[in-house]
Amino acid sequence: MPTLANYLIASGLLFAIGLGGVMLRRSIIIIFMGLEMMLNAANLSLVAFSRYGLVGGHQNYDAQVLVFFIITVAAAEVAVGLAIIVSLYRARQTTHVEDLDSLKF
Amino acid sequence: MHLSTIAWITLVVPLVAAALIVLVTRTSKPFAAGLAILSALITFVGGWTLFVSGASGDFLGFNWIDFGDAFSIPFGLALDPLSRTMLVVVTTIAPIVFIYSLGYMKDEEGYWRYFAGLALFLFSMLGIVLADNLVMMFIFWELVGVSSYILIGHYFHKDSAADAAKQAFLVNRIGDFGFMLGILLFWVSTGSFKFSALNDSAGMFAQHPTLLGVACVLIFCGTVGKSAQFPLHVWLPNSMEGPTPVSSLLHAATMVAAGVYLLARIFPILSVSPEASEVVAVTGAITALGAGILATQQDDIKGILAYSTISQLGYMVAGAGLAVSAALPMFHLFTHAFFKCLLFLTAGSVILGMHHEQNIWKMGGLKNKMPITFLTYCCGMLALSGCYFFSGHYSKDLIMACSWEHHRAVFWMLVVAAGLTPFYMTRQALVVFFGNPRSEHAKHAHESPLVMLVPLILLAIPAVIAGYPFVEHAFFHEIGSLAEPEIPHFIEIIFGAAFFLGIGAAALIYRKVGEKDPIRIPAFENRFYIDDFYFWIVRRIQGGFARLCSFLDRWFIDGILVRGSATVVWTLGFALRFLQVGNLQAYAFFFGAGVVGLIYLLIHVR
Repeated sequence: MPTLANYLIASGLLFAIGLGGVMLRRSIIIIFMGLEMMLNAANLSLVAFSRYGLVGGHQNYDAQVLVFFIITVAAAEVAVGLAIIVSLYRARQTTHVEDLDSLKF
Repeated sequence: MHLSTIAWITLVVPLVAAALIVLVTRTSKPFAAGLAILSALITFVGGWTLFVSGASGDFLGFNWIDFGDAFSIPFGLALDPLSRTMLVVVTTIAPIVFIYSLGYMKDEEGYWRYFAGLALFLFSMLGIVLADNLVMMFIFWELVGVSSYILIGHYFHKDSAADAAKQAFLVNRIGDFGFMLGILLFWVSTGSFKFSALNDSAGMFAQHPTLLGVACVLIFCGTVGKSAQFPLHVWLPNSMEGPTPVSSLLHAATMVAAGVYLLARIFPILSVSPEASEVVAVTGAITALGAGILATQQDDIKGILAYSTISQLGYMVAGAGLAVSAALPMFHLFTHAFFKCLLFLTAGSVILGMHHEQNIWKMGGLKNKMPITFLTYCCGMLALSGCYFFSGHYSKDLIMACSWEHHRAVFWMLVVAAGLTPFYMTRQALVVFFGNPRSEHAKHAHESPLVMLVPLILLAIPAVIAGYPFVEHAFFHEIGSLAEPEIPHFIEIIFGAAFFLGIGAAALIYRKVGEKDPIRIPAFENRFYIDDFYFWIVRRIQGGFARLCSFLDRWFIDGILVRGSATVVWTLGFALRFLQVGNLQAYAFFFGAGVVGLIYLLIHVR
């Protein structure tokens, strides 16, 4: 039987991998995937807390329901994000963040 | 028609005429002049109707500002003996001057501007006369100031005229500031602005003697400005830059007399305040004497008359300050309005005949070339000099006789001024009308057209008879008593001596003169250097203060407060610009570092 700590460690690992992807990779698609991974790490810890946290001695499924909402909204947000990336590619013919540096002093 | 309706129509018609001239008939000369003259004639009929009817009472138009019992400013017309007499003066002289202007301004530019200004002036002047409270009077007081500004600056392309208009306005502003304070103080002590509330003034004065005395002196400041009393007299001689009919109507007969009318209005409280009336009387006497002295050495035909006007206004103000009767200054105002208006109009006729030459030392021998102008001039000149059987004699001598009992110093100053008046008038008459022509213009001078001569003749009649007892009774018996005071016999001899000495001395000196004044007194010619002194004050003291203010504004307010704060913000922005590196991951790093920093702060710093 895994404990809460196992879940949180897995969640933390997921978050760290996502953050590493965001910080280190150059392709904007990969960065975007990293972002999604961080989001889902948060979802995972939310579900874990819900599973192990008892309210008045009973299971509470509020947080698990909340996760479904988050996934739905994230899907919508991904659609928007990908659309932006597509239009960015059309404008610049590139998806590498190093080439997208015109907004600076 | 109800009398209050007539009063309102009389007041408003000139304003309507001015508005029509400016808005509708600008380009048409006959319409501009016709509308103005028509409005003046309507006020003439209205004014005389109101006078003959003897109507009295306050006709409330509306409450301009109304806070119930605590504070209200009504906008209404007051008809009483005082305003009825003044109404006659204004509405009689105005149409005459308007018609005279037809001839004088015939070939001038800005015809409509001129007549619109005159109509506006007539409206404002009637407002002063009919106002039933101090605030309303103050509003119209400022309006005559505006019309005076417009009319003095009629030839605004000339720098001197533009400057004179500005000076007249600014100098009046000084006096009006005191006037405004006086109105407020008056309200504080009596709780009302209405002139009719003054009837109970003696009781109110007993309650607040100091307050009301100070209020009187402050209101008198308005008179000092408007009626060109010392030390604010400097604007009136310069205002002669305006067209001559304007000088005649505004700066001799009516507008400058408004200050005296104001004194007559507040006479009930002025007369019970000894200190205030002392101030008024002495100011008037000093002005009468000083301006009389200056008039003896002026070379401009209008300049002499201007100083003479100041001097005569000094008589009126001194008469008000004697606290005998409100009728005393009003009587002199009444006679002076006619003969001084006449003198200015004859001067205008001379100026026109001389092709706009105003220096009396370029004239000479005009009596044969301009006979009617000369005869009417003589009527005015003798009336002003106080010759027997002419109007000025009655009113001026009455003021001097009253001053014998009430104030000896004032009396002697007025007597000397009374000797100077015939002196400078005889000088002017001899130099302008007698002797040989001193220039080409004088040789070819011509009599003015009929449209100017008829007004002269019309004015010459009241200039002679306005002081006769029957006229005096008709216009003044309701205002107050004008009984001849008991004076020693030798005083009357002094009056006669002053008159004959003045005429005799001038006749001796100026009987046969060349192209120059045989007497030259620089201090008199240069107006006692008062104008230069004011110029110095404005230039050095006021200018220095202005420079200090400018320094503070430029370096402290602008430099430190305004531009300093802008610089701080700009510098901060400049420093923060370097964080904009243009690298997405760097931003993500800053963001992450910021979150970590915040979490650290939340956990470890309490």
